[in-house]
Amino acid sequence: MTELDMSTQETPVTVSVTIDGNVVQARPGELIIEVAERAGVFIPRFCYHPRMEPVGVCRMCLVEVSGPRGFSLQPSCYLHVAEGQEVITNSPKARKAQEGVLEFLLVNHPLDCPVCDKGGECPLQDQTMAHGPGETRFIEQKRHWPKPIDIGPLVSLDRERCIQCARCTRFASEVAGEALIDFAFRSSEIEVAPFALEPFSSYFAGNTVQICPVGALTAPPYRFKSRPWDLEQAESTCEGCAVGCRTVAQSSAGALVRYLGVDVDGVNQSWLCDKGRYGFEAVHASNRLSLPLLNRGEELEESTWHDALLAVSDSVQEALREYGPSSIAFIGGARLTNEDAFAFAKLAKAVIGTDSVDAQLGDGLPAELVLGLPRATINEAVKAKVVIVLNQDLREELPVLFLRLRRSVVEKSTAVIDCSSVTTSLSKYATSVRYVPGDLARVVALISGESNVDALGLDQDQIELAKMRLSAAGLGDGGEGLVIVCGRGDLGESASIVASAAATLHRLFPKARFLSALRRANVHGALDMGLAPGMLPGRVTFEERSDALVRAWGPMPAERGSDAIGTLEAAAQGKIKVLFTLGADVLSDVPDRDLAKRALAKVPTVIAIATHHDSTTSAATVVLPVAGEGERSGTVTNIEGRVAPTTQKIVPPGVSWPAWMVAAEIARKIGSDLGFESLFEISEEIAALAPAYHGVNLGLANSDARREGVVVPVGPVAIDIRSRPLDPIATPGISSVEEQGAPIRLGKTARATLAGDAGLESSGGLQRLVRALGAAPLVVAPRADSYTYRLSIRRTLYDQGTLVQSSSSLAPLRAPFALRVHPQELARLGVKDGEELMIRTSRLAIRVNVIADADLARQVVVLGARAEEAGTFGAFDLIDAQELVVDVRLESI
Amino acid sequence: MITNAAPIVTRRMGYEDSHKLSRYLETGGYDGFKKALTMSREDVADQVNRASLLGRGGAGFPAGRKWSMLRSATTSYLVINGDESEPATFKDHLLVERDPHQIIEGALICAYAIGASQIFIFCRGEFALGLERLQQACNEAYEIGAIGKSIFGSSFSIDLVIHPGAGAYICGEETALLESLEGKRGFPRIKPPFFPAVQGLYGAPTVVNNIETMSNLPWIVLNGGDAFAALGEGSSTGTRLFALSGRVNRPGWYELEMSKTTFRDLIFDPTLGAGVKEGRALKAFIPGGVSAPWFGPGELDLGLDQDAVGKAGSMLGSGSVVVMDESTCVVRAAWRITRFFSRESCGQCTPCREGGGWLEQILRRIEEGKGRETDLDLLMDVCDNLAPGLTWPPQQTTICVLGPSIPSSIASSIRMFRDEYHAHIREGRCPMGSR
Repeated sequence: MTELDMSTQETPVTVSVTIDGNVVQARPGELIIEVAERAGVFIPRFCYHPRMEPVGVCRMCLVEVSGPRGFSLQPSCYLHVAEGQEVITNSPKARKAQEGVLEFLLVNHPLDCPVCDKGGECPLQDQTMAHGPGETRFIEQKRHWPKPIDIGPLVSLDRERCIQCARCTRFASEVAGEALIDFAFRSSEIEVAPFALEPFSSYFAGNTVQICPVGALTAPPYRFKSRPWDLEQAESTCEGCAVGCRTVAQSSAGALVRYLGVDVDGVNQSWLCDKGRYGFEAVHASNRLSLPLLNRGEELEESTWHDALLAVSDSVQEALREYGPSSIAFIGGARLTNEDAFAFAKLAKAVIGTDSVDAQLGDGLPAELVLGLPRATINEAVKAKVVIVLNQDLREELPVLFLRLRRSVVEKSTAVIDCSSVTTSLSKYATSVRYVPGDLARVVALISGESNVDALGLDQDQIELAKMRLSAAGLGDGGEGLVIVCGRGDLGESASIVASAAATLHRLFPKARFLSALRRANVHGALDMGLAPGMLPGRVTFEERSDALVRAWGPMPAERGSDAIGTLEAAAQGKIKVLFTLGADVLSDVPDRDLAKRALAKVPTVIAIATHHDSTTSAATVVLPVAGEGERSGTVTNIEGRVAPTTQKIVPPGVSWPAWMVAAEIARKIGSDLGFESLFEISEEIAALAPAYHGVNLGLANSDARREGVVVPVGPVAIDIRSRPLDPIATPGISSVEEQGAPIRLGKTARATLAGDAGLESSGGLQRLVRALGAAPLVVAPRADSYTYRLSIRRTLYDQGTLVQSSSSLAPLRAPFALRVHPQELARLGVKDGEELMIRTSRLAIRVNVIADADLARQVVVLGARAEEAGTFGAFDLIDAQELVVDVRLESI
Repeated sequence: MITNAAPIVTRRMGYEDSHKLSRYLETGGYDGFKKALTMSREDVADQVNRASLLGRGGAGFPAGRKWSMLRSATTSYLVINGDESEPATFKDHLLVERDPHQIIEGALICAYAIGASQIFIFCRGEFALGLERLQQACNEAYEIGAIGKSIFGSSFSIDLVIHPGAGAYICGEETALLESLEGKRGFPRIKPPFFPAVQGLYGAPTVVNNIETMSNLPWIVLNGGDAFAALGEGSSTGTRLFALSGRVNRPGWYELEMSKTTFRDLIFDPTLGAGVKEGRALKAFIPGGVSAPWFGPGELDLGLDQDAVGKAGSMLGSGSVVVMDESTCVVRAAWRITRFFSRESCGQCTPCREGGGWLEQILRRIEEGKGRETDLDLLMDVCDNLAPGLTWPPQQTTICVLGPSIPSSIASSIRMFRDEYHAHIREGRCPMGSR
C-alpha cells in the first residue's frame, strides 16, 4: 500500500473473493494478504510492508490461488484480488510451501537468538514458532561473515542474520529517496551493502533498523541495552520537531532506551527521523538539571525548591511593586506541553499581568499569522494539486514532512514549487525559483500572476515556469487545492518578508491552505495556549476574549506586550527587571546574539526554567529544573494543529517538577492561585476556555483519538478515527513489549460528541490581522551593491542545539561549520575551497572556512544556523534583528 | 534417421572467414532483409508464423505467436538474448563468433516485422572474440546502410546496440536481462505482468528472442515459411542446432532436421557423435541442457522433437545433449550441475537462494562419502519445496524458473540411480572412484 490508497477513499466497486471458504468483499487493487488479514486470516510474511510497494521476494506468504489453469502457489503480498478468485491459505500444499520457505530462511540464519537484540520481538522467531517446522534438517555449515559491520554512522549490519527481504533497501530508495544501500553479490552470498565511497548516512536510517524483521540491522544507541521482555513502553508523541510523529517510548530499568515509530495515517505513517529516534539520549545526558540552582551573589549554587521559589517570588513582587507588570517578561515555551504552556500563560497574563510573552525566539513568524492563516493537514498537503514551499529545506527542519511530501510528489505527481535562496532537498522534485534573500514576497506575487510587481533581478524563466505550473494545475476557485508551506527556513531573511509573502498568497488565493513549518516541538501548542503577545488561549486575540475567560482569569494586561525581540530590546535598555526563560537558551537560540547578550547582561533577575545546563542557565539568577520529554504527561500540538498526548514513561531526575507545577507554585508564592491542582484540571480548563480547543481535553487525547490525535478546532461533524491495529510484522518491537507508562484517567468528555475538520476557520480578529498583512505593501529588502553578499542562514537537522548536542549518538554528526560560496566568487576573492576568509558585517568580522558550492547564486553565501564552535562567533552574531536581510562583505585573509 | 536437409543457420560454417562482411554478402547476406523490406510487415510476420519457428532459447515458445502478443505502443523494443552461459550449451557462441551478420540480419527482419523502435543485442560478456566480431559486424552493417536511417533506401530506420553482459547466468532469464539492460541489478521480475511483450524494457512492450531464433529468419524470408515448415514434423519444424558434449567420441555442434533425427542418431551415428567414448555403455543423457531431467538408454529412440521429449518428462530446452557413460558418477554429475545453479541463483527469492546451496551441500557430502540414509528423502523433499510435486513441467515456489530447474537433475538421477546414491552412503565413499 502506498501513500495514495492508504487513507482509504471509499470506492463503490467491490469484488468478491473466497478466502479459506469464506466470501469476502474487497476493493479492486487490494492485495490478497490485506484482504485476508481483514477477514481474520493472517498469512505469514517478511518482505511485505503495508507502507511500501510489494516485491514478493521472501515467498513466505505463498498461498494457493485459483487461476485459469487451476490452483497454483502465489505470493499473496503481490497478487491483487480479482472477482471470483479463490484463495486457500491453509491447504497441505500451502502449508508445506510456507514451512519450506521458513526452513530455507533458517538454512543460513544463525541461531544466535540468545545474544541477538531482536530475540523476543523477532518476526522470524515468532513465525517460525507459528508456521515453521519443529526441527532442523540442516546439518551443514551456515555461511559466516564478520559480525556487525558499520554501514553508516547509526546503522550496523550483521549479514549472517539478513534474510534479504529488501525492506531496508526499499525504504531507502522508495520512502527516503536515498538509495544508499542495495544488494551486492548473489546466491546465498548476497548481502545488503552501502556503496564503496558513500556510507549509509541518512536522516532516516533508523527506520531500516525498526522494520528489519530479523536482527540484521541494529542501531548502536540500542545495541545490547536491553531485552524486549525487560522493556516497558508508552505511546507518546515525538518532541524532536513540530511534525509530532507518533512514537512508543521504551524504557528499561528506569531509563529510556529506544523510540520506535507508530503508524499514524495522518502523520508519520510509522517513520521517524533519526533525530527524533535517538534524541531521547539527551534525557539522560550529564548536563541534565536535577536540583534548583540559585545565585546569591557570585555563582550558581545548588539550592532547594523552597529557597529558589522564594527568590523568584521576591524578585517578581519587587518588580511589580517598583516597575509594574510590564517589567516582567517571558521568553520561550515551545518545549513545554500544552498544559505547561497554559499554566505559564495564565501565570503571566492573569496573575502577573504582563503580555510580554513569546514562545518564539525571534526565529519564527508573527503569531497572528501562524494562528490566523487557514490551515492544512499533512494529508491535505500530500493530496494537494500544488504545494508551494517558501524558502524551507524540509528535510533539515521537519524531516518526516519531507518524507511524506517527497513520496507524494514521486508517486502522485503533486506539483511542488520550491521558492528558495538555495537548492533544497525537494528541489530535484520541484519547479524551482531561486532568488536572493529578501525577494521572497516579490517572487510569490509574481508567480501568482500579480502585475505591477518589480521583477528586476529575478530569474524570469524560472518565474514564468512556476507561474505556468501554478496556472496549469487546475486549482479550484480561490486557489482551492493549493497548500503553502511556510516557516523560517532562512534566518537571514526576516520574518516580516516571509509574513508578507504568506499573507499575499492568502490574499490572492483565499481558499489555499497553509502548513506552518515552524520547527520547535510544541511551538504551535504554546502559541495556541497564548504564549504570544496579544494572544489568549485558543487562538483568539485579546479583543476577542470571552466572558468565561475573563471570569476565570480576571483582568487582562492593560497594554499589549512585546515579542521576544522586543522584550530583549527593552531589556537591553534596562526596562525588564525579571525575565523568565521557559526551556529556551536565549543566548544561543535567538538569532541576534549581540542583542541577547546585551539584554541578559542588563536584566537583574533571569529565571531559567530548564531541563539542561546551557549558556542561559549559566547566566541565570535562579534555575528551576523541570521534567522533559518522556518524564511528564500532557498534550502537544503539531504543525497541523493536531493535539496528541505525550506520555510520561520514566521519572524525571533529582527533584525536577513538571513545568506546570512550577507555574502554580510561583503563583502561590506571590499570593495568587492558578486554580488547578492536577494536569487534568488544566486540561479541563483548556477545553472549556480555549475556543480552538473546545472539548479537547486529556481524556479525549487518551481515548479513541489517542493514536491519531485530534486536529483542532473540531467542528460539528463527528470525527472518524481509524485506529488500525499495529501490525507486529510491519513494526516489530512494539506489540511484543508490554504497554505500561502512565495512562491518564479519563475525563468527562472522553468520547466527546466532537469533531471533524470542518472548523478550520480562524477567529475573526486573526483573519483581520492576516488580511491587513496581505493588504500592506510587499516587504522587499533593498538591493545590495555588487560587492556585497547576502547571507542565507539555514538550519541542519543535526545542529548545535541542546537536544542534539546532549545526545551522544547525534552530537558527532553535526554539520561542519563553514561558509558556502560560489566557486567563481571564491576565485574572484582569491580564496581556495577549504581555506579561511573573513566575513564582515557592520558589527563585526569573523573568520570562517569556506566550501565551494556551484549550486548557489553568486550573490548568495550560506552559513549554518548556530554552527559556531564553542566560544567563538557564529551565524547568529551576524544577524541584526532590525534588518530585513544580512548583508556581508567577504575578504581574503 | 539422419536426413540430408541442408543446414540453415550453419550454412556458412565451412568458410574460414564466415564472420566477415565480404563472405556474408557473397553468400546471400542481407538478401533476406532486403526482400523483407519489399514486403509488408504483416507478410513478413506471416511467413514466420507459417514457418512455425519455435524459440530456440530453451522454452520453445513459437516466435510468431510471441510477436503477435506485442502490445501496440508508440515505442517498443526488440531485445536479442545472447547471454548463453549454461554449462554444455554452446550453440549461440558458435553463431556469434562465426556468423554475426546473420544474427544482425535476423534481428533487422524481426524489428521490421514487429515495428520495433530499437534493437538491443544482450551478449554474454565472456564471449570476447564473439563480441568483437559482433560489434565489428554491427559497425559494418551501419556502413553498408543495413542499420541506421532509411535502411537500403526504404522508409525503415532503426538502431542497434550491442550490450555485453556482466557475467551473471541469471541475466539469460529474459526479465533479469531487461533489468540488467536498464542498468539495474539482474533480478528477474516478478510476474504479473507475465510477458515482456506487454511490459518489457523501460516499461515498453518488448520482444525478447534468442540468437539462434534470429539466425533462422533470413532463410525463412528468402525461402518462405512453408519451406521451413516442410522440414521436421508436427510443431517441431525446421532444423535445429544441437550441442553435443560429454562422453562421446565426436562432441561438437550439429545442425539437424528436427523430429526426424533421434537421440540415438545424434549420439551414435558415425557422422555425428560416433558413439560413447572408449566403447563404454551409455548410462544416461541430458536431452536439453542441464536444467532438464535426465534420460536413460530407454529414451534413445525419441526424436529430437519438442513435444515428444516433453511428453517423456524432460525438455529439448537449449538443444544441449550431455552424454554420461557407465564410468560417470551420477552423484558427482548432479552435484556439479547443482553447484552451478546454486552459485548462479540471483539471491532474490528465498527457496532458490537457500535451497540451491543446501542441495549442493548435501550432494557434496554424499559424494564425499559422508551421506546419511535419510539424505535421499531429504533431497527429494527439499526439491519438492522448490518445485512442488516434482511434476513436469515443474510448478514453482520461486519468482523465476531457475529455482525449479535445480531439482531436475537431482530428482531424475535419484529416480534412475537410487542404488548408486545408496552405494555412496553405504560405502562411505564414491564407488565410481571419482573424488
